[in-house]
Amino acid sequence: MPVTNVILSAAKNLLLISAIASATVAHAASAEKGKAAFIQHGCWQCHGFEGQGGTAGKQLAPNTMPLAAMSAFVRNSNGPMPPYTKAVLSDDELADIHAYLESRPKPRDYKTIPLLRQ
Amino acid sequence: MARKNTAPKEGRRKFLTGFVAAGAATAAATTLSPARAAEELAQADKSKASKAAPPSRRQLEAEQGEPHELGDARIKGVPGSDFMVDVIKTLGIKYVPANCASSYRGIHESLIDYGGNKMPEFLTCMHEESAVAMGHGYFKIAGKPLMTLCHGTVGLQHASMAIYNAWVDRVPVIVCGGNDLDAAHRPPGVPTTHSAQDINALVRDFTKWDDQPVSLQHFAQSFVRAYKIATTPPYGPVMISLDAGLQQEPIRNHGGEKLYIPKFVPTAPPQGDSGAVKEAARMLVAAQNPVIVADRCARTAAAIPMLVELAELLGARVVDQGSRVNFPRTHPLSSPPTAVANADVILGLELNDFWGTVNAFTDNAVNEGIGVNRSRIKPGTKLISISSVELNTKSNYQDFQRFQSVDVPMAGDAEATLPALIEAVKRAGPNKGAAESRIAAARKAHAEAHERARQAAAVAWDASPVSTARLVMETYAAIRNLDWSLVIAEGSGFTWPFRLWPIDRHYQWIGRSGGAGVGYAAPASVGAALANRDAGRFTVGFQSDGDLMYAPGVLWTAAKHRIPLLSVMHNNRAWHQEVMHVQRMANFRNRKVNTGNDLGPVGTSIMNPDVEYHKLAESMGWWAKGPIKDPAQLGPALREAVKVVQSGQPALLNVWTQPR
Repeated sequence: MPVTNVILSAAKNLLLISAIASATVAHAASAEKGKAAFIQHGCWQCHGFEGQGGTAGKQLAPNTMPLAAMSAFVRNSNGPMPPYTKAVLSDDELADIHAYLESRPKPRDYKTIPLLRQ
Repeated sequence: MARKNTAPKEGRRKFLTGFVAAGAATAAATTLSPARAAEELAQADKSKASKAAPPSRRQLEAEQGEPHELGDARIKGVPGSDFMVDVIKTLGIKYVPANCASSYRGIHESLIDYGGNKMPEFLTCMHEESAVAMGHGYFKIAGKPLMTLCHGTVGLQHASMAIYNAWVDRVPVIVCGGNDLDAAHRPPGVPTTHSAQDINALVRDFTKWDDQPVSLQHFAQSFVRAYKIATTPPYGPVMISLDAGLQQEPIRNHGGEKLYIPKFVPTAPPQGDSGAVKEAARMLVAAQNPVIVADRCARTAAAIPMLVELAELLGARVVDQGSRVNFPRTHPLSSPPTAVANADVILGLELNDFWGTVNAFTDNAVNEGIGVNRSRIKPGTKLISISSVELNTKSNYQDFQRFQSVDVPMAGDAEATLPALIEAVKRAGPNKGAAESRIAAARKAHAEAHERARQAAAVAWDASPVSTARLVMETYAAIRNLDWSLVIAEGSGFTWPFRLWPIDRHYQWIGRSGGAGVGYAAPASVGAALANRDAGRFTVGFQSDGDLMYAPGVLWTAAKHRIPLLSVMHNNRAWHQEVMHVQRMANFRNRKVNTGNDLGPVGTSIMNPDVEYHKLAESMGWWAKGPIKDPAQLGPALREAVKVVQSGQPALLNVWTQPR
């Protein structure tokens, strides 16, 4: 890819990220709605109902990435995860999903779980 | 074919009119060895009068001291299928899992009456696919092949997917299909519908060898040959067509030539060329970062310590791709697939997919929909391959995967070649200090990976449905003090046992289906459990829901024949691989996926209604419990189930799980 195209692409992504970030400011994100959207849009398929991740998808919670970064990735993924456009998954739904993931409890240290110490 | 001969006075047409009486008559011949039978037939031909032999002790016992009047027999002489049983018995085949079918009724009756239903013992199956898959699972534990019988047409059609799995997984299964070749004399209607010119054609693309014997002597040669070919590496399924006439008609005199059974002598496996072995050793010893990748290397337990010796000599990390236990998971050199990235020399041992080992594919719909390929290895990395499969490649089915150029390819059996390779490496003078340094680095990485795996397992530990990590570790806690054998771990991407269990012994994991034909797991686990029962081991498997629904009748077979098996269900209520494929398609096309009233895309979920697998299993004679959705209930249920299995029964736990 020519350098100019790379720069243009990066600029486009930055604009996209800031647009999503500003849009999400106005939206009061709901973890409850986010859970429904997480299931409805099939996020659970690779990432598990708790966002715990697995062989098919990365761990999303806890330590969820910032919304702007998550949005950029979801819209533009070119790896194993298929992209979700706004036509399929709105910015508000994405913000709700982010809120749901942030609401997931932190896991225990495995050393406190006897079955994982065996 | 056999009906071309006119020697017997009592033909098969007459036999067919007296089917009910024939059982006692055929059993009457049990005291005759094949050679003796041939002699008697020669005499009978001379006298023009067949005489029945007296009943055997076995028959007398079976009939509680009241032998049948042998003179009532509709067929005189010794049935051809009795001789077939004599042949089969010389090979030490222990079981015949099979679904009954009229086209092999002759040998069926001979097996259970003349053969005493021992060596082999008939195991009643509900589906031919289950029967073959039982043989598949059995072999991977016992190291001995089973035979199965089926209708040559419709039964073989059922069996074909399981035969394909065995083919790809390099497992010998001896499949015999009944077929009535004589179009002028076979019964009309269904028996003719169930006949074909060449039943073997259906599976010829994925069997090592097949034949359609036209005489009993031909059968003897072909059956022993089939066994020999199937059990010579690379292993694979074989197919024998059993003509109904040959089974049912009496042994004929062929001009005084006596029937004989060829002696089976195993063929030594092919080894890599000595020059290539030497070159491979030189490259491995000279490498700064050698990596060994093994897939179906360990045909037997003997390969594991050899691979450990080779790896330690070289200080080479070992990636076990898991189609067998090739290398102990607890060994510090046991490494993840990413280890190839830093290699300068890679030794591949019986790899099913060398291309996929050193290249990655991303299914992201770019490049006009075909996705992206990229190399996983550094430019200039040298590749060595030892694989017997190169000796047995066919054209039609694409299990040979994409073509990968290799610097030193050897067409030979990896396990058989390991001793020569180890010696060659020793002679080449490996750098002990460098090897120890690599082992120390690998030990640290191994410990860190184990730590990360346990922390990852702790995420969603208390979730409902039950997390797959918790499912696996609760199960391990229940069996860890037993001599356990994990025989299935179904579900796409279900890898927790390999990250968390100390899988070190050959029987502690036997690989997956090979051909990825869904429906393998349930019957293969029953077959493997049968072999483990005979070896005194405890069998456990993680059974997926979609797989079980293909042919759940195998549950009945396990209960019927008292095959102890702990089946812990990974019930994510979907064919999950397909859930994601359809979701992916929808995303690529910028459409919201239609899930109907289910969780996954329409056509991929197994819910509404939810299948009550525990009730299904109970109805077929299993101890079962479920559905278990609360992880806190899992441990106590497992402890109960383990006790049941230890008492000799199969037990199933229906556990609702996270998707992966």
